[in-house]
Amino acid sequence: MTTLIILTILMILGAVVALESKDVLSGIISLGIIGFALTINFVLLKAPDLAIVQIIIETLTLIILIAAVLKTTREETAEKYGIKKIVLGFIGLVFIVVFIYSSIKVFNHLPEFGEQSLRMAKIYIDQGLPLTGAGNLVAAVILDFRGYDTLGEATVLFTAVVGVMAVLRKVGRKRS
Amino acid sequence: MIVFILAIILFSIGLYGILVKRNLIKMIIGLVIMEYAVNLMLALVGFRTGGIAPIITSEIPEAAKFVDPLPQAIVLTAIVIGLGTTALLVSFAVRIHEKYDTFDVRKIRKLRG
Amino acid sequence: MRGMTLIVKQITNLMVPSILLLGIYVVLHGHLTPGGGFAGGVLIAGCFTLLILAYGSERIKSEAKKMRASLTESIGIFLFWFITIIGLLNGTYFFYNIIAKTNPGEPFKLFSAGIIPLCNIAIGIEVGAALFSIFITLAILKVGERL
Repeated sequence: MTTLIILTILMILGAVVALESKDVLSGIISLGIIGFALTINFVLLKAPDLAIVQIIIETLTLIILIAAVLKTTREETAEKYGIKKIVLGFIGLVFIVVFIYSSIKVFNHLPEFGEQSLRMAKIYIDQGLPLTGAGNLVAAVILDFRGYDTLGEATVLFTAVVGVMAVLRKVGRKRS
Repeated sequence: MIVFILAIILFSIGLYGILVKRNLIKMIIGLVIMEYAVNLMLALVGFRTGGIAPIITSEIPEAAKFVDPLPQAIVLTAIVIGLGTTALLVSFAVRIHEKYDTFDVRKIRKLRG
Repeated sequence: MRGMTLIVKQITNLMVPSILLLGIYVVLHGHLTPGGGFAGGVLIAGCFTLLILAYGSERIKSEAKKMRASLTESIGIFLFWFITIIGLLNGTYFFYNIIAKTNPGEPFKLFSAGIIPLCNIAIGIEVGAALFSIFITLAILKVGERL
């Protein structure tokens, strides 16, 4: 439990470094800290399926982001500090504080961390093995009880690949 | 309870990255941080203290204390869809840089077809 | 993109069969151990990515003139759609687990749980080919070049 809190604080520090660095390439490499700490969090929360998927997809995300940055440019755009930027930053900060305060009020209605009442999953746990015959309850849920979600997800992945190929195939007109 | 608040702070850092930053790659980094925060929050909701992973084998009795399998099924789909979204956004950014020669969103104004 | 040194190529020769075998194992035993279609699919895609990163991109440009990655991905998702239609053709609902109701095996064996291992195989093929073609298009090819 304390390991969970320490790793989440590490993720927050990594996120701040990733967004505020001057070099875009070091910002992307700091994104790797967040992904790998999330993998250890998934193992501590007793979810082995998610850990296997997350660690490899994190590596592939780093590869495509680094390839995109090395092909184009790696310097950060120049910022100038005026009065308009300070006012906008202050309004953003007020919005984020109100957002965190109202979410704290919402969390008082949720059950405590670790005391889930399993109202929706009682049928899946008690009768998962006789109804489907599978030992892995997560596989039984995603392929037998909620199979439409998996069908939609396969379609979305296929559409994303078709979109990537359609955008990067033809050469457009260059702006002169 | 404090872990929930830390996950919401991570989400709002990603939101700040999308709203305030001017570089297109920094906006994509902010979106990826928001996706990680949401997946962490969903996996935290289904945890039971002292529970084990939701797999029935021949040596674990039927009435053991299992962690909730329903949020894990939702997060499994969400992780793969997040990769598809990131890949499509990166391909758009590469194409915009090839046409306008910069990543600054204040200079990409003319959106003619 | 050039390849790596000789030591990296030899180590890749030793490791790629083990990683591919682990990916196929995780896909096939998806109803008994943690894993399933998605985890095994991304492992297979990672294995092919390792091959290209170690040997350089000249080999893929000279050897692969046909669109094999797109064809494999389309076959995978067509197989998944066909499995969901089986229940409809036999008189029951769409996406019905018809093999578990008429022909169930014993639990905790490889041949059990009806339609779930077949769906895992189809999803493993589709996810592996999709992630591999995303990697090829974004990291190897130049803009406007065709595979």
